[in-house]
Amino acid sequence: MSLELDVRRRFATDGRVFELHAQLQCTHDVTVVFGPSGSGKSVTLQAVAGLLQPDAGFIRLGGRVLFDADRGIDLPARLRRVAYVFQDYALFPHLSVARNVAFPLTRWWQRRPPAAVATRVAELLDTFEIGHLAESYPAQLSGGQRQRVALARALVGEPELLLLDEPFSALDPLLRERMRQELLRLRARFQVPMVVITHDPDDVASLADEVIVFRDGRVAARGDTQTLLAEVESGPQVRRAMRRFLAGAVNGEPSSGDA
Amino acid sequence: MFDAGSGLLATAWVPLLLSLKVAGWATALVLVAGVAIAWAVARRRFRGREVLDAVMTLPMVLPPTVLGYYLIVLLGRRGWLGAWLHEQLGVVLMFTWQGAVIAAAVVAFPLVYKAARAAFEGVPTQTENAARVLGATEWAVFVRVTLPLAWRGILAGTMLAFARALGEFGATLMVAGSIPGKTQTLSIAVYEAVQAGQDDMANFLVLVTSVVCILVLVGSGRLLRVRTS
Repeated sequence: MSLELDVRRRFATDGRVFELHAQLQCTHDVTVVFGPSGSGKSVTLQAVAGLLQPDAGFIRLGGRVLFDADRGIDLPARLRRVAYVFQDYALFPHLSVARNVAFPLTRWWQRRPPAAVATRVAELLDTFEIGHLAESYPAQLSGGQRQRVALARALVGEPELLLLDEPFSALDPLLRERMRQELLRLRARFQVPMVVITHDPDDVASLADEVIVFRDGRVAARGDTQTLLAEVESGPQVRRAMRRFLAGAVNGEPSSGDA
Repeated sequence: MFDAGSGLLATAWVPLLLSLKVAGWATALVLVAGVAIAWAVARRRFRGREVLDAVMTLPMVLPPTVLGYYLIVLLGRRGWLGAWLHEQLGVVLMFTWQGAVIAAAVVAFPLVYKAARAAFEGVPTQTENAARVLGATEWAVFVRVTLPLAWRGILAGTMLAFARALGEFGATLMVAGSIPGKTQTLSIAVYEAVQAGQDDMANFLVLVTSVVCILVLVGSGRLLRVRTS
């Protein structure tokens, strides 16, 4: 996979101006985008998914141009083949688990999913160990179950890229580690590259092949686990967080004081 | 006694059926227009959105006589739209039951519009975006996500609009007059009965109107309760 983007967008609300200028090249299987809230991670992912239009720049995925301001290209979200797991999962509250997962493969005039789709959905639900919840509704599910439904729904259409926005923030800490391992198994099984947004250093430690650090609407640092620390000198918060991340990543050994 | 009763029923039957017909058509018109405009105001950003919202709510606060006057100016023989309709299509709306439908629709419109707008604004944009990312066209988003999540509110507003259309008096009288069997609806028949000193008739018509409206309000109240629970 190669996701390549260089986008700019200016936000002005109540007199405060936020300038996003994100430049990324993701070539790894799992890229983690790390940064404090309000640093521009989420809006960047929304731009990739086609939910937010940048003012300028381009977004390319594999050989395809998803967005190019100069050439007037802006592929609608539904044609991008980019799946998005929202922070609160955004399940359809009026549809059962099975119907939620079948949603991308059901046309608007079909009252129920075609038989082939129903079989495929049933298999996928079993893969995610939520087969017994097929007829339940989102309001009846626990946080971990909701996340599995959201993942199954995102993957059923075989997207080329999976975006996850703070996937574990709504879960309790004990469940988080389990879901991280589950996500890694998914990557192996579905062969789908992922971009994960987080502000939790533990996510970086467990998941990242590559990490990109956002600050103030810009990419402050990027790199693999070994070379990262030297690049994030500025900003005590980021550094403290990244130290913890490094400590976890390098076999649990605390990083030597570098400063 | 029995004869008098059945006579009343027979006399009430004509305006009751006419009222139901007028209110039914008015509700159908208002449902389509109200949902479409409410969706646009709730989900689209365009110039003049606030002004449109105010104009669409106006019939709620303007006296029915003022609305009736506007309709006469618009739909009358020499009216802006009325003249065109008459010359091009040979259609006359003044003093017809179709004219009564238009009057009832205008008065009832804000009830559907307000309810539908609130219902659409209660649907999280995030949920609609989830559908877009999953490959849904804008039409599919509306039919499969927005409408199923908003229909209860819309339906409750529609039932209120039906009750309002059923009781419409002022604008209808000005536009359609009070022609027995043709444009004399239930509420106008009540007025005529009282004016003519027919107290039995007035009592009976008032009772019928009240019962129908109570049924509609209980129904819409039940829908709203299910939604909030």
